[in-house]
Amino acid sequence: MRRVVPIGPYHPLQEEPEFFKLIVEGEKVVDLEINLGYNHRGHEFISPTLTWDQVPFLVERICGICSDSHPYAYVLAAEDCAHTSVPPRGQYIRTIIGELERIHSHYLWVGLAGHFIGYNTVWMWVWRYREPLLDIFELIMGNRNHYAINKIGGARRDILPEDYPRIEKYLDLVEEKTKMFTHAVLDDPVIRARLEGVGILPREDAVAYGVLGPTARGSGYAIDVRKDDPYDAYDKVDWDIVVFDEGDVLAKAKVRLLECFESIKIVRECLKNMPDGPIEAKVDEIPPGEGIGRHEAPRGEVFHYVRSDGSNMPVRHKVRAPSFMNIASNVVAVKGYSIADAALVLAAVDPCYCCTERTVVFEDGKQKYSGQDLLKLSQAKTEKIRRRYRK
Amino acid sequence: MANAKLWGLTKSPWVFHVAAASCNNCDIEILDVLTPRWDVERFGIVLVGSPRHADALLVTGVLNRKSLPRVIQVYEQTPKPCLVIGVGTCTCHNHIFEPSYNVVGPYDKYIPVDVYIPGCPPKPEAIILGVVKALQRLQ
Repeated sequence: MRRVVPIGPYHPLQEEPEFFKLIVEGEKVVDLEINLGYNHRGHEFISPTLTWDQVPFLVERICGICSDSHPYAYVLAAEDCAHTSVPPRGQYIRTIIGELERIHSHYLWVGLAGHFIGYNTVWMWVWRYREPLLDIFELIMGNRNHYAINKIGGARRDILPEDYPRIEKYLDLVEEKTKMFTHAVLDDPVIRARLEGVGILPREDAVAYGVLGPTARGSGYAIDVRKDDPYDAYDKVDWDIVVFDEGDVLAKAKVRLLECFESIKIVRECLKNMPDGPIEAKVDEIPPGEGIGRHEAPRGEVFHYVRSDGSNMPVRHKVRAPSFMNIASNVVAVKGYSIADAALVLAAVDPCYCCTERTVVFEDGKQKYSGQDLLKLSQAKTEKIRRRYRK
Repeated sequence: MANAKLWGLTKSPWVFHVAAASCNNCDIEILDVLTPRWDVERFGIVLVGSPRHADALLVTGVLNRKSLPRVIQVYEQTPKPCLVIGVGTCTCHNHIFEPSYNVVGPYDKYIPVDVYIPGCPPKPEAIILGVVKALQRLQ
């Protein structure tokens, strides 16, 4: 007999509002329905009302955990549109912040994963060592979370040479502690029993669903924008992609933990080879045209598209966050496992709902626009923009 | 009876965390104040899993069309007297999301908010101070 177990929208385990309908037979999950949209704020709508330099502050607030990734992808898109080259020091600074953010985000996930399986010791422990990293952010950029380091043409703030030792000291600490967590988490029989062989996402499903980031790399699908299409300083430093083939939650945990070591390696090398010179190039105006930016966020590839008509505001700004793909793959990963595992499996992709919210308009109980209508609207809009260009 | 409730409320407030349409940052900072560096559980502040157990609601993020009825429902389920603490600039006004079609805030149009904690996101010290100020108001 089929029954429905609702999770959400306000559920003690989740920080964000989202709604999952688990369809179960006894203890076993047989199907999953995902209902999103509680967090939709309409960034793509607000963005064309702001100037090019104001948009990074808006896109930063898409997501608080990857608040470097969205502005990063956006400035890459705007620079692509303006054909600007960023001075090397600016590139290195952006890379360093991007990698420090990856460490903080992976720490956050490991902690929350511990919380999800009821192992709060892991949570408290990991988050404790996340704190010094937030101090580093505060030292460099003046805020613990929304960093505002990215600017079209370079970086907004410089990392002062006198701060290098403090960052390196933290990196030593984090390396030691990541080693400790890796051993503690992976050698713990209780955690292994909960994570191993649970929530398996096979490689072919990973490819079919187009999953990104650690979710894909945990399923043996080596996809990483930093290697595939290097930008900024990623091709100037030496590092490896971490890939595991098992596809279960343990593999994803392993990918994230081992990626912290790679990030430490990148930050260390960037600090060592940090070039001198200006941190930003002057960008006076964005010429008409379009540009794309891709950045490997902690959860996978963030993609931004901007279109300019030569004015001081973008005409169109499109955002695609990795969780959009990753969440959909939950339907495969959660099937066949027990309800107790479901919370963990749903969290294993490190979902970030605020990045990925879409909305559907209902009027009198009926959906106002179907997929076909939206396609027509979009084509009409493209036609309108085209006509404006021709003038 | 009311005094007994007030006494319980000020001694160890149990908080429930309601994220309307937030960017996650205030939520992370709220969890942060529970972790070892800040550790507000020393003062009896515990994050609970149900609004029915809560003395105070920590609301974060702007209100949008879809989350508004849910937030009001959560507020109605909370036993009174209860405190509503708005964490983050989004709760004070609509922040950067003011032009959006989906944002219906601010909060004080719908539910009474006792304390606002501005900041994007507020530092953990600020969140703790906000809770303390809310409790002082009651005494």
